[in-house]
Amino acid sequence: MTCTEFLAQLDEMLDQPTSAPLRADLEEHLRSCEHCEITLNTTRKTIQIYRSHELYELPDDLRDRLHKAILAKCRKC
Amino acid sequence: MSSPIQSQGTAEVHPDVLLVERARQGDMQAFEKLVRQYDRQVFRIAQHIVQNREDAEDVVQDAFLKAYEKLDQFQGNSKFYTWLVRIAVNESLMRLRKRRTGRMVSIDEDVETEEGSMPRDLADWSPDPEALYGQSEMADILRKTIQGLPPGFRVVFALRDVEGLSTEETAETLGLSIPAVKSRLLRARLQLRERLARYFKRRDQKKAQDGVK
Repeated sequence: MTCTEFLAQLDEMLDQPTSAPLRADLEEHLRSCEHCEITLNTTRKTIQIYRSHELYELPDDLRDRLHKAILAKCRKC
Repeated sequence: MSSPIQSQGTAEVHPDVLLVERARQGDMQAFEKLVRQYDRQVFRIAQHIVQNREDAEDVVQDAFLKAYEKLDQFQGNSKFYTWLVRIAVNESLMRLRKRRTGRMVSIDEDVETEEGSMPRDLADWSPDPEALYGQSEMADILRKTIQGLPPGFRVVFALRDVEGLSTEETAETLGLSIPAVKSRLLRARLQLRERLARYFKRRDQKKAQDGVK
């Protein structure tokens, strides 16, 4: 397996358990390719970091204001 | 998110379906419950697309209002949440278009680029990149980094990886095919990884390698 072929299947390693033979091929490539191992691990980390940080919080006062505005508009429908 | 409950028959009915049913009959409390349940997600998704807080606030209002007006069109065969997200994504793209003074914006924009298909930065990252920056500095880095992606990549990454929608739900929400979602997601992830590398790279790599000898 080449690095390009490995990258095309990266989601198989990141998302869901894949078919056993494909997974075996991907893991075999990983054992011999440090670059792809780094790419896989740092991509996994990228997703995890984005998932664990709240970038766009909705503060309570703004939330209340939005609720009031939404319900007032809906009542006029 | 609420879990499904058992109806009289054998089929499970999602609690949202019951709330939608009540809201259709004019029960505002039921609709308010739906707003409370999903406002944070709609706000986050809108922010990811429009990258501007004021516009995101407007999107939240417009998306819920539009959902309320169209409740009769909601078919119970898709989740209320994904139906609502679809409305919010469309509203967000319209806002983005307005801000760019009429220039067309679609989720297909700039997605043909080959950038990010192959990793260039191959250095390993610090074992704990989050320890390198304070909480607010980290949030700034993450916001700045995702802002650099084309909207069509940002939205796929936000729905799939941040909000946790499945590939199928993301495809349905955006009106894209499953292979298109997969390809955009892969490129979004690789581009973000590439851009974050400059902040998270091991700074002591040489020293660490020397130390192994």
